[in-house]
This record gives sequence, structure tokens and C-alpha cells, in this order.
Amino acid sequence: MTVNEEQTTISVALENLVREVEALHAGGYRLVQIGCTDVGGAYEINYSFDKGYQYQNLRLTIGPDTEVPSVSGIYWGAFVYENEMHDLFGIPVTGINIDFKGTFIRTAEKYPFSVTRRGGDSCRNA
Amino acid sequence: MPERIVIPFGPQHPVLPEPIHLDLVLEDELVVDVIPSIGYIHRGLEQLVQKREFTEYVYVAERICGICSFMHAVGYSQGIEHIMGIEIPDRAKYLRTIWSECSRLHSHLLWLGLFADGMGFENLFMRSWQLRESVLDTLEDTTGGRVIQGTCKVGGVRRDIEKEKLDKMHRQLDPFEEQCRELGDVFLDDDTVKYRLKGLSVISKDDAYALGAVGPTARASGVAMDHRETGYAAYGDLGFKPVVETAGDCYARCAVRVKEVYASIDLIRRAIDQMPEGPLDVKVKGTPDGEYFSRVEQPRGEVVYYLRGDGTKYLSRARIRTPTLANIPPLVKMLPGAQLADVPVVVLSIDPCISCTER
Repeated sequence: MTVNEEQTTISVALENLVREVEALHAGGYRLVQIGCTDVGGAYEINYSFDKGYQYQNLRLTIGPDTEVPSVSGIYWGAFVYENEMHDLFGIPVTGINIDFKGTFIRTAEKYPFSVTRRGGDSCRNA
Repeated sequence: MPERIVIPFGPQHPVLPEPIHLDLVLEDELVVDVIPSIGYIHRGLEQLVQKREFTEYVYVAERICGICSFMHAVGYSQGIEHIMGIEIPDRAKYLRTIWSECSRLHSHLLWLGLFADGMGFENLFMRSWQLRESVLDTLEDTTGGRVIQGTCKVGGVRRDIEKEKLDKMHRQLDPFEEQCRELGDVFLDDDTVKYRLKGLSVISKDDAYALGAVGPTARASGVAMDHRETGYAAYGDLGFKPVVETAGDCYARCAVRVKEVYASIDLIRRAIDQMPEGPLDVKVKGTPDGEYFSRVEQPRGEVVYYLRGDGTKYLSRARIRTPTLANIPPLVKMLPGAQLADVPVVVLSIDPCISCTER
């Protein structure tokens, strides 16, 4: 048996993002990934969801330094993608349930896990 | 009142030679909270897509991971093929399926060995890796490479498996399956293994789904989700059914992988039986202009390749969401409640691949 896979992408405004994600959550969709793309002076963020191999994307387009609300209150596991988005693209995401504040992907530290490092990490489990 | 302490687990650890870092918050010996960190070996391979021609990036995709390297190439290639409207020959689809399942076999056998090692079962570890060697020998015999195969390309595959080699593979499958079943019986029936794994770090079906678990981690909790059901490559012709368990504990995650070994052997057998004749590839003309989310089922679960082309020979974006990244939130939820001594086994139960995660 083969299941036909459908992929759809719809644009979403920043102020409607959380509401749209809540609607998908209520519809039984799982969060597949959140990924960011640099489109020359702006960023496209794809929120991907799946239900029975039917692939639904919400696409958010924002300018630099625009704060994006976290969806980790709806999908708990979104924190990995939102921290990654912040660490790799510098997009500020507000209200992440586990906010690593730039240390999830330790791209800024030369010796990130050095045993001689003092002071500990700033991340805390909210 | 138990004392609360934080123990750093990794990035290097004797049972987990992959650099994930976990801050384990303990009350005495009991894990009560976990904070993960990644990025220790981040390589920036996604950005490399802007500096390699779209046909060359297959080589980069293959090198994201040494275990599921062939499947990375399939995920990338079929994404480009979809954007460019390329239909690859049937024989290429079957060959991709055979090599994908060989990759799953050696990945699961490697994992079973590591899992046995994590439990302190050295003999079982060595027996698992001994069987894995024969799969690697087959990969080497048919592709020339044990770890990086280099046979998948945009438009099809580079190499054929001649009839004599297909017949040889077919002949070897029966004794190989018998040996795998002997091995699997130990994992599934041994009292020591059951004692260590049953009831350990249970994650419910609802939690697994809500947290975005993929692959055997999801299927062990009763989530019947396996991307091979969509019929990509030749899976649509082979009557594939996902392996599902319901207990959601470490034993169930182990059982799914053991049974997937048998399923992979069966898929290879049927793919050889139904192998069509014909060309191996089609000529690729033009450049990709468009976007697509390509998904394939790796041994650890669903991998997503988001590819975007702008009509030039360089893609403007490749976003790779690997199964381990998706399985980190379920891991963070399944560890609290475990004893410190069980942490290596629980972490191994999601089959973490940090090489994939740090693409």
C-alpha cells in the first residue's frame, strides 16, 4: 500500500502565527521542523507539520531583528528548532520554554566544553 | 531531603562516543531534569550548498553521517529530482531501495551492539558487530565503499548490481536471517536484558507524537509512522508495513529495531526478486528552480531535506532536519525518573547520531 503525500505551504502573518499553530495542534498535526532561510535582507521561517503524511507548512517572512513569538507553549519540543534558529540566524525568539540564550549550538565559543571553564552556563530550564 | 546535584554527561563518554552534552539534574541517584546541549562538532554543511554545484552536493550530503550516508544521498537527490521534474528509471529505484535497506541493516546491527555494550553484555556486542561486518562486505562488494558508497546521484544511480552479485546476495540472505534471528532472540528473550530494559523510561503514544518523536522511538510507543509507507524509491511496489510496538519503554525501542532487521532482509529479498531491467539513470538537464521538502526514512527516523533552487547551478538553501534532532525533546522527557546508572542505556535507546545532528 502506498500513501500519497501532499505538501502545502501557506503564508502567515506574524500576529497570526501562534493562532495558526494552535489550530494545527488542535487538528492533530505533529511538529516536524522549524527552519529558517535567508532571502536577502529578510528571513523566511517554515513551520512544518504532518498528519498522516500530509505535509502542511506555515511560512512566516520577517525582517532582521523582528522578534518572533515561541510556539513551544503549544509544541513543547519546538525549543530545539527555535534555539537553533536563534543561534544560527540570530533571530530573537521570545518565550521559549527552554531558552539556551545562544548556547544550544555553541558556535560562538572556541572551546565550548572545556573543563577549565568557570561560571557555568546561562541556560536554565524554565 | 535528597541532595540535588548536576552531573555533566558527555560530550565524550565511554558508552557514547558521540559528543552530545547533557546536564543531568539528580536527586541522589534519580534523574529529575535534563538540559541538552549540541554544537560541539557543528560543521556548517547546510551553508556549503551555496558553494557546491547542486550535483556535487550529493557528496556533501553523504558525508553528513557515516551510518546513513546512502540515505542522505537519496533524500537530497530525490528532492532535486522533484524540483526538476525528473523521473528516475525503475531499476535505479530498486537499487536505491536495496542499498538503503543494507544501510538500515548495518545501522541497526551497529546500534544493537552498542546497546548491548551499554548494558555490559560484551559477547552480544561482538556478535552484533560480527553480523554487521557481513553487511558492510556486501556494500563494499556492490558499491566499492563500506561507509561512503558514492553510488546515488541526481537522476538515478552510478552503479549496477550484476545478476551474479544479486544472486549471491539472495543466497546469503537465508543464513544471514537465521543468524540475525538467533541474535534477536537473545535481545528479546534474555532475562537479564528484559530486567534492564522493561519499564525503563516509558514514553506514551500521545507524548511521543506530541513531542515530535520519529523512527523507532515513535514506533515503539505505538505511533505507526514510517515514511517508507509513502512509497518513495521502490517501497510502493514491495508491500511495506511499519514495525510497531506499544510499550514505549527501552525494551520496545530495542524490539522495534530487532524486528526491523528482519523486515529489511525481507525487503531486500523482494527487491531482488522483482528487480526490473533497464537503464540506471537519466540525463539531468538544466538547473533546479523551486523548492521541495524531501523526506525519507533513515534507520533513526524521518529526515527532511528542504531544498530551494533559484535557477542557478547553486542552491540557495538546504535545510536538513535529522531524526536525532527531532528525538532530543522525547529524550529530555523520558530521562527524568531513570537512575543515573541507566542513563547511558536510555540515551542509546533513541539511537542518537550526533554526526547527523551537527550537519
